Amino acid sequence: MADAPRPMFDTDELVINMGPQHPSTHGVLRVVLRLDGERVVDCDVVIGYLHRGIEKLCENRDYTQIVLITDRMDYVAAATNNLGYVETVEKLMGLEVPRRAKYIRTILAELQRIASHALWLATHAIDLGAMTVFLYCFRERELVLDLFEEYCGARLTYNAMRIGGLPFDLPPGWDGKVRAFCAILEQKIVEYEVLLTHNRIWLERTRGIGVISGPDAVAIGLSGPPLRGSGVMRDIRKHEPYAAYDEFEFDVPLGLAGDTYDRYLIRIEEFYQSIRIIRQALDGLPEGPIMGKVPRLIKPPAGETYHAIESPKGEIGYFIVADGKSASPYRFRVRPPSFCNLQALRQLIRGHLVADVVALIGSIDVVLGEVDR
Amino acid sequence: MVEIVIIPLLKIVIVLVAVLAGVAYLVLLERKVIAWVQVRLGPMRVGPHGILQPVADGLKLFLKEDITPARADRWVYTAAPIISLVPALIVFAVIPFGRDVHLFGLTVSLYVADINVGLLYIVSVASIGVYGLILAGYSSNSKYPLLSSLRASAQLISYEVAVTMTLVSVILLAGTLSMVGIVEAQREAGIWFFFAQPLAFAIYLIGGLAETNRSPFDLPEAEQELVGGFHTEYSGMRFAFFFLAEYANMIVISGVAATLFFGGWLPPFPNVAALSFLGFVPGWIWFLLKVLFFLYVFLWIRATLPRYRYDQLMRLGWKVLIPLAIANVILTGVATVWL
Repeated sequence: MADAPRPMFDTDELVINMGPQHPSTHGVLRVVLRLDGERVVDCDVVIGYLHRGIEKLCENRDYTQIVLITDRMDYVAAATNNLGYVETVEKLMGLEVPRRAKYIRTILAELQRIASHALWLATHAIDLGAMTVFLYCFRERELVLDLFEEYCGARLTYNAMRIGGLPFDLPPGWDGKVRAFCAILEQKIVEYEVLLTHNRIWLERTRGIGVISGPDAVAIGLSGPPLRGSGVMRDIRKHEPYAAYDEFEFDVPLGLAGDTYDRYLIRIEEFYQSIRIIRQALDGLPEGPIMGKVPRLIKPPAGETYHAIESPKGEIGYFIVADGKSASPYRFRVRPPSFCNLQALRQLIRGHLVADVVALIGSIDVVLGEVDR
Repeated sequence: MVEIVIIPLLKIVIVLVAVLAGVAYLVLLERKVIAWVQVRLGPMRVGPHGILQPVADGLKLFLKEDITPARADRWVYTAAPIISLVPALIVFAVIPFGRDVHLFGLTVSLYVADINVGLLYIVSVASIGVYGLILAGYSSNSKYPLLSSLRASAQLISYEVAVTMTLVSVILLAGTLSMVGIVEAQREAGIWFFFAQPLAFAIYLIGGLAETNRSPFDLPEAEQELVGGFHTEYSGMRFAFFFLAEYANMIVISGVAATLFFGGWLPPFPNVAALSFLGFVPGWIWFLLKVLFFLYVFLWIRATLPRYRYDQLMRLGWKVLIPLAIANVILTGVATVWL
């Protein structure tokens, strides 16, 4: 800052500490802001307050137990965490998963995407002061949690997948409830949009805020809605299909400006696309077993593999090295979307106002459990 | 003796008690209204439908430990909530609640004082309140309150100008600064000034929201950005003082809006003979209904809209509202002289 012209009065930068305990840092994120008035000159993003050593922990558990631990990373999208992990192990062992299990996994993953996006929209909206959307979104998220509860008994940490298949078949009548939920959600999204999409204040607060260009987004390593908001076409569901995604039709929404508003619109559109996928999956749900042929003791052959899926936050990838001798991974590494997306925060925040900081933290949708692991 | 001492004193006590009780229940109303908007129930535990919630809240705040931060400027820190609250309460002295009533052979006017510069008094006294916020933020010796109090002062000063300009256009129509006189002028004109000055009313309402730091202009206490705003460090009764001041200011803004633009205690359409039966309802009830309506609008807006950003708020104030308000004053002036 030595090159900046000296103002008439001697001014100091104000260093203020946002977090780790702050209403809108979404957990225990700490952002140290250097302010010139209300403008953020620079900032430092400090993470690590929720580090639990999950990767190391996984190296001391057997492969079946790890499913449970993956729940605890992105705790608002546990089903997609499970899915990414079990598919990685299946890839490593060359297991075949029954088609019915693949379909159910897809339905669960998309329901999870809806729940995660609903939570995101709720917190993003209340960060910008729209408190009613917050409660409306929680109302709909509750319905998804009810569906999950009926499927696997848990509401947050599901442990809903098994290596080689699924623990449970669908409860009777469940598909009807999912269809009913889809119909409800379609109406409720309109409510959110009425309150926000064309709201002048919302537009002023989000348009042109935190613009990140496509090449920059790729360079930082963004994935998921923040990447697509910048107009980069990349959705693992489309490009490297997993589960049963290659059998369904859906669109991948893309943004133009790469600002907070585009990232908002993309997630809203993803609600509709998720509903579309769920309906197709329910319509074409095949009969058959839900578990493939899996050895009693899961002990993958020596080797390593990386497999990624599209979680609600972005690309969640698992890298597993097996030594072929023990029943737990030799090395377990997660590529967490929140962590990688968070790398953009400093660049996004710089030059904006304090009020935008919370909008931007919300806009990239981080879950600290996954950032710190 | 009775007329110059006891009755005014009684009136002062009644107004103060009514305002403080009103504030307490306004908080409950706010929680209820917003809860209904959000498909919730709101407070339900203390008393039937939570009607005793304000009592519980008051007790809780009263019994809470009163903490002064070690590095705070002790005297200023103590004075700030008082400076904030007192102006908000004494403004009620000139707000007319209704026409004269006859009680026990005495004619009692339903206002504490009718001074000939009533409106000027309101504007000047109400603007003292901002010192409370500035001093609170400054004396807390803490960063978030400081940022917040800077926001608050900038915001209040910029919106004060626009609001005062709209009052000027009402004064031009009424030809008096007395609050009672303004209502009388509306009766003589046979029309609420809202219909003569819709633009002024719109600017007044927006400015009023900004001046009371209400959503969507609640930047000074934007909890998602600045934690608790200027009262982050306050606790117990001192915190309650800021709260009381904020809600009392809401009532003031609503009361002034009702008096200036909606005919104070006059029934709707005072010039339409067919509606003269509305005169059966006492004036003070009309006034309270109007005030309640505006308070509801305040809450309704809070439940609906996101929050403005600081620079956008300033832009709206200086580049939109103030030019419009000045143009409105000039137009009104020209119209008053030539028509």
